[in-house]
Amino acid sequence: MADPVVELKGVSKSFNGTQAVRDVSFAIERGEFFSMLGPSGCGKTTTLRLIAGFEAPDPDGGEVRLMGAVVNDQRPYERRLAMVFQNYALFPHLSVERNVAFGLEQRKTPKAEIGDRVRSALTLVRLDPGTFARRSPSQLSGGQRQRVALARALVLEPTILLLDEPLGAIDLQLRKEMQLELKTLNKQLGTTFIYVTHDQEEALTMSDRIAVMSNGRVAQLGTPAEIYENPRTAFVAKFIGESNFLDGVIAQPNGALWDVKWGGGDVTFRVPSANGVSEGRVIRIAVRPEWLDLVRPGHVPPGENALCGSVRDVIYLGETMHVVVALPGGADMTVALRNEGQLINPLPWRRGDEAVVAWKPEDCQILEDE
Amino acid sequence: MRRRLLAWFTRRPEAEAWALLGPGTFWMLVFFVVPVIVMCAYSFMPRGTYGGVDPGFTLEAYTRFLHPVYLVILERTFVIAVLTTAFCVLAGYPVAYAITRSGKWRTLLLFLVVLPFWTSFLVRTFAMIFLMRDTGLINTWLIGLRVIRQPIEMLYTPFAVFAGLVYGYLPFLILPVYSSLEKIDPSLLEAAEVLGAKPAARFWRVTLPLSAPGLIAGSLLVFIPALGSFLTSDLLGGAKGLLVGNLIQNQFSTARNWPFGSAASLILMTLVLVAALIYLRVGRE
Repeated sequence: MADPVVELKGVSKSFNGTQAVRDVSFAIERGEFFSMLGPSGCGKTTTLRLIAGFEAPDPDGGEVRLMGAVVNDQRPYERRLAMVFQNYALFPHLSVERNVAFGLEQRKTPKAEIGDRVRSALTLVRLDPGTFARRSPSQLSGGQRQRVALARALVLEPTILLLDEPLGAIDLQLRKEMQLELKTLNKQLGTTFIYVTHDQEEALTMSDRIAVMSNGRVAQLGTPAEIYENPRTAFVAKFIGESNFLDGVIAQPNGALWDVKWGGGDVTFRVPSANGVSEGRVIRIAVRPEWLDLVRPGHVPPGENALCGSVRDVIYLGETMHVVVALPGGADMTVALRNEGQLINPLPWRRGDEAVVAWKPEDCQILEDE
Repeated sequence: MRRRLLAWFTRRPEAEAWALLGPGTFWMLVFFVVPVIVMCAYSFMPRGTYGGVDPGFTLEAYTRFLHPVYLVILERTFVIAVLTTAFCVLAGYPVAYAITRSGKWRTLLLFLVVLPFWTSFLVRTFAMIFLMRDTGLINTWLIGLRVIRQPIEMLYTPFAVFAGLVYGYLPFLILPVYSSLEKIDPSLLEAAEVLGAKPAARFWRVTLPLSAPGLIAGSLLVFIPALGSFLTSDLLGGAKGLLVGNLIQNQFSTARNWPFGSAASLILMTLVLVAALIYLRVGRE
């Protein structure tokens, strides 16, 4: 990476003997929209706080670098970052304009300049300074507070902006709007955004790259497409989107597509090759519901994997229809059929129908152990 | 029966409000408003020979209060009350601040702050006599340690009154300040820090303004009772430490001048009210 603004090298952090962050390493490029995604307790917020400087890595717990310099021992006020907090953390005793001016005052910006910069920051987040400047935070709606918090951070023209689940508390409609606005601001200002969220859709919508975190580690780091299409572990496959999992045994590890025995060895299907897996290994594969086809017995397209079963449930979801197919041996697979206008009349699948789940071998992958 | 009563109240919100306000209002009416009215009336009447009042109207009680002897007492009372409040703020705020950051010790420390209340104020004030008199603990120790040769004269001085008042009223400052400090969202301090505020700036710009309500409430809780106190000054103050409270008490007991006592009380009340209003106005800004 040419110009990393943030770099974590083997960073670990524990609280009272419990490791919250374990050996996390990544580098974030200037101007990137970088998300840390994971369930609560996965270490994403601690990692953000390590970057902000509220926490220091353990002794021998690696390095946090900003602009190339190790900052392990720097306090947040020395790091010249900006941050938007989960609950906005607006100062209740200060007006909107004084809230936004706070950082500029602390950084000894000339008085004459402060007023102008506060006004343009408010305009940037689409709050009219004339209307809002003198209001108190308690007179604002959740969405407006969110914008003030954003203005308070952006007014400093930071290289790096940290955002800790900033959209968690606002309603869905506004959240979608803000997601796009944040993405636009990121590109327009060239500011590096480091975003923490537990909402996979949010991360997919906005991010250039996502670090999926679990148990204090980075489970996978990549672009949204890489992570969705090639989840490396079962955790990632489950956390981002939906997935079907099948356990099997490698029968023949040669060539680009390998044979896998499934269901006690009666059925074989093929999967793309993977590193570090040898014959006889028990493996787990994942395949997305929307990459599966559901066909009548005898109609399997040539070259596709096929598993026979019977329809156990049909769930109509509007945009898609989920058909749950019970496979022999007790496993279920969910097939997502796109609604192209003929799904309900007549309903193509009914409970009890014999059905074959089919997919292209390239659309599934062998998962790594966690 | 209970359900019907509840339903009746639900239909009549104003009745509910009166039912809630009733007991407290009644108490204040009988034991505060009525006596103040009586006192106000007495202060304009001639004194009775053996206490009480005679019929008639006179301003004598008020003109008498303007005599320098009494004005000196009034001034001393104000000075001591202001000093007591100021010292309680300076000594109590850091304590409250430390308690909010004391983690698992918090409950124990709060318990220690209220512990003195378990003993009567009178007993505690007597205990201070034993500490501060010439042959008391402090002087004995200081002489024993060769810090001083002669005992320091502490008891029966305004200083003793000040010390007694600070001791007695310090918890009334610590508790409200603690409760407002404790309510401050820690993320506000983090926000200030990320915005570039060093620890001192964080305190002056965020912590102090947000704890102002507790600080104002606490200092009024110290200042007002300190102005009206008489027990501490009676036991520790001697003649040089006499406060308005003692003056008033004397008028109703040995001096048997009820109108003067009433007038002094009313003057004190008015001054407290004015001082509190000014303080609140300033404090809000």
